[in-house]
Amino acid sequence: MNNVPQMTRRSFLVAAAAAGGGLALGLKLPFGGPDVVRAADDLPEVNAWVVIRPDDSVVIRIARTEMGQGTMTGLAQLVAEELDCDWSKVSTEYPTPGQNLARNRVWGNFGTAGSRGIRESNEYVRKGGATARLMLIQAAANEWKVAASECSASNSVITHKPSGRTTTFGKVAEAAARIEPPKDVALKDPKDWKIAGKPVKRLDTAPKVNGSQVYGIDVKLPGLLCAAISGCPVFGGTMKSFDAAHIMSMKGVRKVVPAGDSAVAVVADHWWEAKVALDALPITWEEGSNATVTSASIAEFLKTGLDAEQAFVGNENGDAKQAIARAAKKVEAIYNFPYQHHATMEPMNATALYTADRCEVWAPTQNGEAALAVTSEASGLPLAQCDVHKMPPGGGFGRRTTHDYVQQVVAIAKQMPGTPVKLIWSREEDMTHGRYHPITQAKMVGAFDSNKNLTALHMRISGQSILAYVAPQNLQNGKDPVVFQGLNAGGAESAFGYTIPNLLIEHAMRNPHIPPHFWRGVNNNQNAIYLECFMDELAHAAGQDPLEFRRKLMLNHSKHLAVLNAVAERVGWSKPAPRGVYRGLAQHMGYGSYVAACAEVSVSNKGALKIHRIVAATDPGYAVNPAQIERQVAGSFAFGLSALLYGECTVKDGRIEQKNFDTYKVMRMDAMPKVETIVMPSGGFWGGVGEPTIFVAAPAVLNAIYAATGKRIRSIPLKNQDLKKV
Amino acid sequence: MSRLAINGAVHEVDIDPNTPLLWVIREWVGLTGTKYGCGIAQCGACTVHVDGAAVRSCAFPARAAEGKQITTIEGLATNGVLNAVQQAWIEHDVPQCGYCQSGMIMAVAALLKVKRKPTDADIDGAITNICRCGTYQQVRAAIHTAAAKA
Repeated sequence: MNNVPQMTRRSFLVAAAAAGGGLALGLKLPFGGPDVVRAADDLPEVNAWVVIRPDDSVVIRIARTEMGQGTMTGLAQLVAEELDCDWSKVSTEYPTPGQNLARNRVWGNFGTAGSRGIRESNEYVRKGGATARLMLIQAAANEWKVAASECSASNSVITHKPSGRTTTFGKVAEAAARIEPPKDVALKDPKDWKIAGKPVKRLDTAPKVNGSQVYGIDVKLPGLLCAAISGCPVFGGTMKSFDAAHIMSMKGVRKVVPAGDSAVAVVADHWWEAKVALDALPITWEEGSNATVTSASIAEFLKTGLDAEQAFVGNENGDAKQAIARAAKKVEAIYNFPYQHHATMEPMNATALYTADRCEVWAPTQNGEAALAVTSEASGLPLAQCDVHKMPPGGGFGRRTTHDYVQQVVAIAKQMPGTPVKLIWSREEDMTHGRYHPITQAKMVGAFDSNKNLTALHMRISGQSILAYVAPQNLQNGKDPVVFQGLNAGGAESAFGYTIPNLLIEHAMRNPHIPPHFWRGVNNNQNAIYLECFMDELAHAAGQDPLEFRRKLMLNHSKHLAVLNAVAERVGWSKPAPRGVYRGLAQHMGYGSYVAACAEVSVSNKGALKIHRIVAATDPGYAVNPAQIERQVAGSFAFGLSALLYGECTVKDGRIEQKNFDTYKVMRMDAMPKVETIVMPSGGFWGGVGEPTIFVAAPAVLNAIYAATGKRIRSIPLKNQDLKKV
Repeated sequence: MSRLAINGAVHEVDIDPNTPLLWVIREWVGLTGTKYGCGIAQCGACTVHVDGAAVRSCAFPARAAEGKQITTIEGLATNGVLNAVQQAWIEHDVPQCGYCQSGMIMAVAALLKVKRKPTDADIDGAITNICRCGTYQQVRAAIHTAAAKA
């Protein structure tokens, strides 16, 4: 059984009809009232977030997507904390995007990216839990004819203190659902948390160890057919023609259909039959003008931005160019970062059932509402006649915030009304039709005065803008502000951690035809490499210890400095590393969290790299589940170091050359370092967890490689580099 | 018709005998715990046991499994009691997205049959499954726990 059951449509219709008078808590939350809203199993929901059964079991609704990052458990902890329920009786369910739409977005934003799952919904889900608790207490007080102020709740039990009478949540839930919700609720001080803030086990582990978890790729429906697809290998190209007659007699084949103007799909009884037939299908592509693009031509294109006159300024103080011109000593370096593929373990897939008046989709998605919009657009049906059943994604990493695969499956299903169709991309289709980590280069220039004080830093980024591709309406007079992640002058999201008298950080936009997208860590990944490796270069150029060099520039950035100091202390920076082992440091801030890492590596005489240990620190403000944070930190290093060691999508004839894990290698057990995590929430802000520590993975290791070899690697991945000592 | 013995039950399936065992298990027999990840025996998400040995079923023709005992993740528990590896996975809260974990668990269960107390080097050599969430640290700890209890 799926651990995240969907609410049924029938119960949803009841709920939607009853959801009239809501109370604004940042969102329009219908908190019950005279018409009781009912949940999936016809039980009263106390409010949109909380359903309680007579046996005291609690169902907590989760709007954000759980894709491995632990958000579902964390959000449930926050609701349960304020609800004061028995944690052992908690389970979760997803409302559908269609239900959210029909209830005036009662569950808020479904989008799960940018490490926002918990930090951007913590307040309203906690209020949902707290409101439900007050309504349950009021219901018990009404039954006892006592003042609610004399009653309290703990562990799903309500107690009337003066008389000692008790009842349970399950016994009063039905009455609570009829109570007018309180206008305002106070939230607990996090220092009093008993469920949140604790390293509780995930709620979704059991079905993931016995094969019973149903992912999108596993969806079964009566009469289901399966589709394999081939898109034009060159981005921007189109499908000219295909010869269906050539394969129609093959086993299992039912239909061959175009899917949009750039892809063709074979629909068969089984996916394997569809794939075999697709491989035999003659297809002619109109590859278009992009078919001559290569990695070399892209690199040349980006290079023109390093010294171009026009660039967008992201962060500036003083006059960096003038200070550099007057410098006693100047240091200059050029770095670059290649295309990366998300390579989720579960390839892109989706299932659709289209009829003349309704279109339903089952899909792994990081943004159910966006998937619903795509379903509506592709089907030509109004939103209200569509819905999306969110399936637990087998990895997301940003890839499933865009829904090209949903668009395709609806296009296919629309040509077969009444027949459910499951589209699965082969791994080869997935790797060559991705949305890639953007490609950039950076020219870094630092200036020192005669006393070896850093007087200026000029950082010129050249390369691809994600926003220009995915949301050009969000560009600011042509500038993509997301390019400057971690480099901004201040703010709660991603502030630069150094004070430098003369600073200029700018971006010359150069957009090749390969589609870019958000990829775990996004632009922080290359920005942290450029900045933190160059900081290491500057420290060495000044003959200073890389930690002390940074500390002098970080006096006004206490949170940045605190995580850096924490890793330095834990790793024993002031004492020598074990013989043959070398260390490198990095710090960065993004998605609201402050992170730092120290890597310990050795490099053999033949140039073989071994990453022994990484000590990482993160200050996410509040730590909802420290055990899951540790797992995200370790996982982020596996992801970030995969990119550093092997990750590179190259372009030839306008197409991506790597097609599978034999040529696009990723980290396995043998390369995984020991990761020690310091979780150090300082309170007062809410930062993300799923991504931030990935920023410091590569620069910490690159700086350690320099310490070990004297080689400054400015181009990744390392598989292309000779690490033998100079 | 091909005859395949999966988790103790015999299934007669109308397939091209060259069909990879993975797709027969998933689509003809309907056991979806075994996952498709790459199709070229690189990632290990499709790992099952054939006569007790770990096999990457995406690149293993079904005909080669005829007459042999096939075990999938759904058949790893005995009379409803989870295998020691599955128990250790729960104890260590290993899975994140979970997609690779069926194959990971099957690979580890097969390893522990031939190597009762694997060293870290044994694990590095034998467990080459890909996990993109990066659960490797928890996987390693859970393998040692499962080995200690076996």
